[in-house]
Amino acid sequence: MNVTQTAQTLLSNQVSLRKVDKVFSPPGKPADAVHALGPIDLELHHGEFFAVVGPSGCGKSTLLELIAGLSTATSGEVAFEGKPIEGRIPDGVGVVFQEDASFPWLTVSDNIAFGLRRMKLPPGEKARRIEKALAMMGLVPFANSYPAQLSGGMRQRVCIARTLVTEPRLILLDEPFGALDQQTRLLMGDEVLNLWRKTGATVFLITHALDEAAMLADRIGVMSARPGRLIDIVETGWSRDRDSRIVQEEQFGAITARLWRSLRQESMKAIGKIEAAT
Amino acid sequence: MNPQTGQLLRNTLTLIVVVLVAWQALYWVVGDVALRSPLQTLAFAAKFTSTPQFAAHLAETSKAFGLALLLAVVIGLSIGFTLGASRFLSDVFEPMLVALYSIPKITLYPILLLAFGLGMSSKVAFGTIHGVIPIALFTITAVRNVKRVYIKTGHVMGLTPLDMIARIIVPAALPEIFAGLRIGFSLTLIGTLLGEMFASQRGLGFLLMSAIGLHNVDLIMTLTLLLTVFAGTASVVLLALNQRLYARS
Ligand SMILES: Nc1ncnc2c1ncn2[C@@H]1O[C@H](COP(=O)(O)OP(=O)(O)OP(=O)(O)O)[C@@H](O)[C@H]1O
Ligand SMILES: [Mg+2]
Repeated sequence: MNVTQTAQTLLSNQVSLRKVDKVFSPPGKPADAVHALGPIDLELHHGEFFAVVGPSGCGKSTLLELIAGLSTATSGEVAFEGKPIEGRIPDGVGVVFQEDASFPWLTVSDNIAFGLRRMKLPPGEKARRIEKALAMMGLVPFANSYPAQLSGGMRQRVCIARTLVTEPRLILLDEPFGALDQQTRLLMGDEVLNLWRKTGATVFLITHALDEAAMLADRIGVMSARPGRLIDIVETGWSRDRDSRIVQEEQFGAITARLWRSLRQESMKAIGKIEAAT
Repeated sequence: MNPQTGQLLRNTLTLIVVVLVAWQALYWVVGDVALRSPLQTLAFAAKFTSTPQFAAHLAETSKAFGLALLLAVVIGLSIGFTLGASRFLSDVFEPMLVALYSIPKITLYPILLLAFGLGMSSKVAFGTIHGVIPIALFTITAVRNVKRVYIKTGHVMGLTPLDMIARIIVPAALPEIFAGLRIGFSLTLIGTLLGEMFASQRGLGFLLMSAIGLHNVDLIMTLTLLLTVFAGTASVVLLALNQRLYARS
């Protein structure tokens, strides 16, 4: 990468969405089209921790898949490091999905090695990265276990480790701890903060837990009920070396309260829609 | 050995003992006219299996069964992967396969005979049509049930379409595909033997049919024992492998 390019990358935002809409229309049935998302304008800065909260079904996962290049926007433009994505999966992006995506037919360390398939690395470097990811996620004792032998939380760690080995510049996390109990979630939150600090990557975290967002993120995007739009962006102002102990601070309560104020109406709409549909 | 395999082994041994006891008891009741005792059968089987006549028939059946199984597996997997990957194709063709599966294949036999004539090719065809449909149906379901998130993970990792099939879809679907292969194996064997019984001058099926005609009780008992032992062994081995596959998922 030459000097001008580097400067450009630093200056521009890492991810930018312009007037992005997503409509799901089943082939041949235009009447059943679902306007899932948008219009959305969003900028992710290099190295920031951005969280998204929103009522269920508001299009959070849809937004993540657009940024990951797994689906294309119906209209508008999504760009990663200055280049439009247009349904092509960009290099340097790692994704951890909402559901458990660990491969049951591979051991933990083979699962993690799978992340490196598309990279041409010398074998020594591969082994080193796998060791590092295992250590970072506390999986060393389970390196040769199969996912079926692990708890749900452990399996989600395997998926995070599989993403980390590629050393992504942007990590997308879709409710990675949704299925875990509150205590484990707080601790996993600490680990995500840790890896965010150590890797220097940008983190985009979807969550339905307002306290999780308030504790982890630099900025929090609040989404409306479907079709999901950004109705508020909250800056937390935490220092970079924060951890889960900030839940005791006054500011934490204030942020959570503000998130809830923005969301209450939207969440009621989402529930109302569910009741109307059934 | 894992506990599941141990349990399978114990169940199998129990079954063998129960069958032997029941057989002996039945022999005492029915007598020599229609049955031989387990010991008599074993003695005759030992003698008969060392004759060149038996070797020739066995070779014939092995060849027919081997070919039929190969065809059933290759065609079944091809149909399964094609239909499993396409919602549209499976919507159209899967009901037809299910309908075909439920008709007794024996009704197709005259047509097959006309098409292939007496001998090897019609035996193979008959074995294949028995095995191919369950293999295809299980594979369709297996491929369709691969979790979407595995495919998405593959996309994010930039896998080529070929790698996506070889590294994700096949291993993810393998336990269910294998269950289809297990059923396909037994049905292909049945089909091949039926083919031999009705339209062949060679093979174990033919031998069994002529033994029935001649009321050769020793030979009937021996062939039944041999076929049962072969099918039973294969079935237990495949089941054990299948359990190993499922244990991981
Ligand atoms: N492939 C699809 N086809 C049609 N509709 C879809 C598709 N994917 C999502 N949707 C619809 O789009 C809307 C948003 O879905 P999405 O999964 O993005 O919501 P979410 O905010 O992630 O929900 P949750 O909080 O439950 O994870 C939902 O109404 C969903 O039914
Ligand atoms: Mg979601």
